[in-house]
Amino acid sequence: MNCDEFVELVTAFLEGALSPDDERRMTEHLAECDGCTTYLGQFRSTVDALRQLDEPRLAGATRESLLTAFRDKHV
Amino acid sequence: MVDLPVDGELVARLRAGDEACFALVLDAWSAGMLRVARAFVSTPDSAAEVVQDAWLAVIEGVDRFEGRSSLKTWVYRILVNIAKRRGLRESRVVPESSLGPTVDPASFQGPGEPHPGHWRQSPAPWPTPEQHILATETRAFLTEAINRLPERQRAVLVLRDVSGYEAEEVCSILEITAANQRVLLHRARAFVRGELARHYADTEVTT
Repeated sequence: MNCDEFVELVTAFLEGALSPDDERRMTEHLAECDGCTTYLGQFRSTVDALRQLDEPRLAGATRESLLTAFRDKHV
Repeated sequence: MVDLPVDGELVARLRAGDEACFALVLDAWSAGMLRVARAFVSTPDSAAEVVQDAWLAVIEGVDRFEGRSSLKTWVYRILVNIAKRRGLRESRVVPESSLGPTVDPASFQGPGEPHPGHWRQSPAPWPTPEQHILATETRAFLTEAINRLPERQRAVLVLRDVSGYEAEEVCSILEITAANQRVLLHRARAFVRGELARHYADTEVTT
């Protein structure tokens, strides 16, 4: 396997969506290629970084107005 | 986080007008919904309005929920429909998804070189932060990078990687196939990785 093929299959590899044959080729390639090992690590770090983004919050006033709407619907 | 009751009970309580129960789902799901809405519209304020409209539609429509999907998926579909309509109205300019390689072909050796298709140079290593906490500027940079993604890639990336939904849930919310979901996710992740690489290369120079 070449590196330019490897980089296109990383998500499928991480999701366990590859055929057993492709998965074996990916693993064999990793064993021999520092560049792709680094690429895979950075891909993983990217996903981890995305998980750390801030939680957006509903404004207090919006929340209150929705609770009021719910109450009004059921009176 | 407080565990929500199972769907059947949740729906029954919402239909009966149990306000505490409504507050519970409102608080549990609104953050994720804001992120998803933001994937379709151009400002955080529009996203908040989309989420508000979605909840109003849920309040009105919960009596018509048939239980063919989970309640949450049903709520998210309502949200996505409203967000899409709103996004169209704002006619947000979205770059077309290209189908080319996700890594610049110039990063790899060409046919005339010793190892065609292999890295010309290994990707530059990234700094390892002392704690696993993102620097504020990296956080802002990531948010910017997400905003530059084409709409469908952004929606998948936000749901999977930012909000942490499973692949099957994302397929169900966005009504796309598993293969399509994976392609969109991969393109989006590869783009964000490339942007982060650029960000780290820039900050290396200045520190």
